[in-house]
Amino acid sequence: MYRVYLDNNATTPVLPEVLEAMRPYFGEHFGNASSIHHHGQETRAAVERARESVAQLLACRASEIVFTSGGTEGDNLALWGLVKPGDHIITSTVEHHAVLNTCKHLGEEGSEVTYIPVDSRGLVDPDDVKRALRPNTKLITIMTANNETGVLQPVEEIGKIAAEAEVYFHTDAVQAAGKVPIDASKIGCDLLTISGHKFHAPQGVGALYVRKGTHLEPMLYGGSHERSRRAGTENVPGIVGLGKAAELALAGFERGDDKTMAAMRDRLERELRQIDSAGVNGEGAPRVPNTMNVYFEGIEGEALVIALDLKGLAVSTGAACSSGAIEPSHVLTAMGLRPGQAKASIRFSLGKQNREEDVEFASTLVPETVTRLRELSPLWQKSVVGK
Amino acid sequence: MKAAVGCDPSAEGSPSSEMPTADSIAVAMSGGVDSSTVAAMLRAEGHNVIGLTMQLWNQRRLAGREGMPEQVHGRCCSLDDVYDARRVAETIGIPYYVVNHEERFERDVVRPFVQEYLSGRTPIPCSLCNNHLKFDQLLTVARQIGAERVATGHYAQVTFHEETGRWLLKRPADKSKDQTYFLFGLTQEQLSRTLFPLGGMTKPEVRELARKHALVIAEKPDSQEICFVPGGDYKRFLDAYLAEQGEPPLETPGEMVTTDGQVIGEHNGIHNFTVGQRKGLGVATGSPLYVLQIKGDTRQVVVGPDEGLYHRTLQAHRINLISVAKLGEPMRVSVKIRHRHEPAAAAIECTGPDRIQVNFDEPQRAITPGQAAVFYDGDVVVGGGWIESSG
Repeated sequence: MYRVYLDNNATTPVLPEVLEAMRPYFGEHFGNASSIHHHGQETRAAVERARESVAQLLACRASEIVFTSGGTEGDNLALWGLVKPGDHIITSTVEHHAVLNTCKHLGEEGSEVTYIPVDSRGLVDPDDVKRALRPNTKLITIMTANNETGVLQPVEEIGKIAAEAEVYFHTDAVQAAGKVPIDASKIGCDLLTISGHKFHAPQGVGALYVRKGTHLEPMLYGGSHERSRRAGTENVPGIVGLGKAAELALAGFERGDDKTMAAMRDRLERELRQIDSAGVNGEGAPRVPNTMNVYFEGIEGEALVIALDLKGLAVSTGAACSSGAIEPSHVLTAMGLRPGQAKASIRFSLGKQNREEDVEFASTLVPETVTRLRELSPLWQKSVVGK
Repeated sequence: MKAAVGCDPSAEGSPSSEMPTADSIAVAMSGGVDSSTVAAMLRAEGHNVIGLTMQLWNQRRLAGREGMPEQVHGRCCSLDDVYDARRVAETIGIPYYVVNHEERFERDVVRPFVQEYLSGRTPIPCSLCNNHLKFDQLLTVARQIGAERVATGHYAQVTFHEETGRWLLKRPADKSKDQTYFLFGLTQEQLSRTLFPLGGMTKPEVRELARKHALVIAEKPDSQEICFVPGGDYKRFLDAYLAEQGEPPLETPGEMVTTDGQVIGEHNGIHNFTVGQRKGLGVATGSPLYVLQIKGDTRQVVVGPDEGLYHRTLQAHRINLISVAKLGEPMRVSVKIRHRHEPAAAAIECTGPDRIQVNFDEPQRAITPGQAAVFYDGDVVVGGGWIESSG
């Protein structure tokens, strides 16, 4: 079957150049990067080169990069590493579950948590963050880009607020890294999480930026890897892949790849908006160039995702729970969408591998599938008769 | 050159024949032997099969509450069952999806289930689930994703009757597995889009076929209990559910009375009783006593001797007719008043809109409001309704 993949916010394919860069580290260069001998020296050099590349992507020092297993670990390390019982955390209602559920657990262990709401565009108001500050506020954690809508939060303004108040600022930049240029010092954050597989590195590798001078308690104890911040033998092939993907992302920004991608996304958005009673979630807010979240009144997003998949188009809705069933999105609900509207929303997310014909395929398939679903939807038929 | 990821190089270019066609069949897969075998059978016959599992109830919701077990294993909608269904789908090579219908299930099955007990009746949630979820919601989803028909692992048969132009529901070849009692609510439209591929088979044959197809679940034990009530302890479930909803716990105590109205004791709540029950009445008399009737409005439980349980007639409402469009003249049928009941000879007659009276040839024991009365003409289901009262 001809298949088009437009679910790159879930994961991206490893680019051929990335795979090539990794390949020697599965065989020929197999050493433990902590070993004294030749084999260890070889892989140590590769790890440190990758660290340089990732540092360049985030415009920070190499010594500020801690390699992790991915976004969830980065978020957990940032939060557990800083927050103690009695501390106050400020976060938002639209964070990824890696942050939300960590906050929930920290709350259960004696921390206080404030959840800042978002407006109908999905944006946090920095003034709300400022007002939420307390004497015991230890950390602000607000994401850079939202995974479901692609909406970019005003992290630089929040960074200023954090700096003035002398509280730590962490941002989950998993959905921003590789998609928009990131400058950690401009954001003014102390901690920033990225994940490799969201920008064409393999699954199972990521990094946490830790600003120089930030004292972070490790979560994993063991050897003195990663400056004693993350014990465990380095995932060398993964780290090499992450470094390569970072290089490719930077080169892409120089070519203006992000603008090309935004144009492609906008074309698809224009096509889909022509469908009756359809709209874009997060409209009017700045967004990463690859993501669009659209609702089609009167349909079940779940059925649409399945119907599209059976015809070769991979997209997604909400967050998949462990059984694979779909739960209403906490992000869209927080933006004030009615439950029916939230359930009628679909996320399309592009990757570097997507081409014009993929967008064309979606532009043809989605409208006809939405029409079919509506013909069979008691909800939609009722509302049409109502009009 | 197409750069689409995961694109099968051999199928590059135009859409392939794998796309859903009018012939596509959605199989409702629970992860059990029956529905898994159905999927394998239809796939082997060359149909385009799409596996669907309905996520109906989150077993973790009430875990640990009001004495409910902390750990939930191997029950409907558990991760284990979804895992099994997914493995089967993978083995036989069909697309597979989980669809979430928890909201609808709670509204149309769980809430009424709780309400029936609070009203002194004994509900059958499986029939409600078939009517509202499996053959309504699931069928809609199936059609939306391109499958015009749904197949399930129920033991029953569907045929089209040329002369009357009606779809018929019939008892299966394996009478010991007959599930038609729970399917009496299916409409003509639903039946026309339904397949019961196990209707002509026995359970051992089904298991044998599952083994032949090398399905991992071939030896999985059958489930008998109500899927959302772990261990079959419905009282504990009611307590836990009401507590979760922030509703007051079940306080339906009242009087225990005899048929002539004499109060002989107190009881701890009408939901603890069902018609025909003998144990746990908490009153001691010379001769054995049985629950004859539960009065929802006065919370009285009427008790009496065994012979008081026998009645010649019952009134049913919310009728669904299958083999006939309407009931004109009284009709000779046999009637089942609970799942494990030997159909009894009776005449049925229409006594009002959406109402039928059943006149049994011989008195029947423990006719229970809330259960269904299902009418049979031989193996053919004539129709059925919900028991309101006996008399």
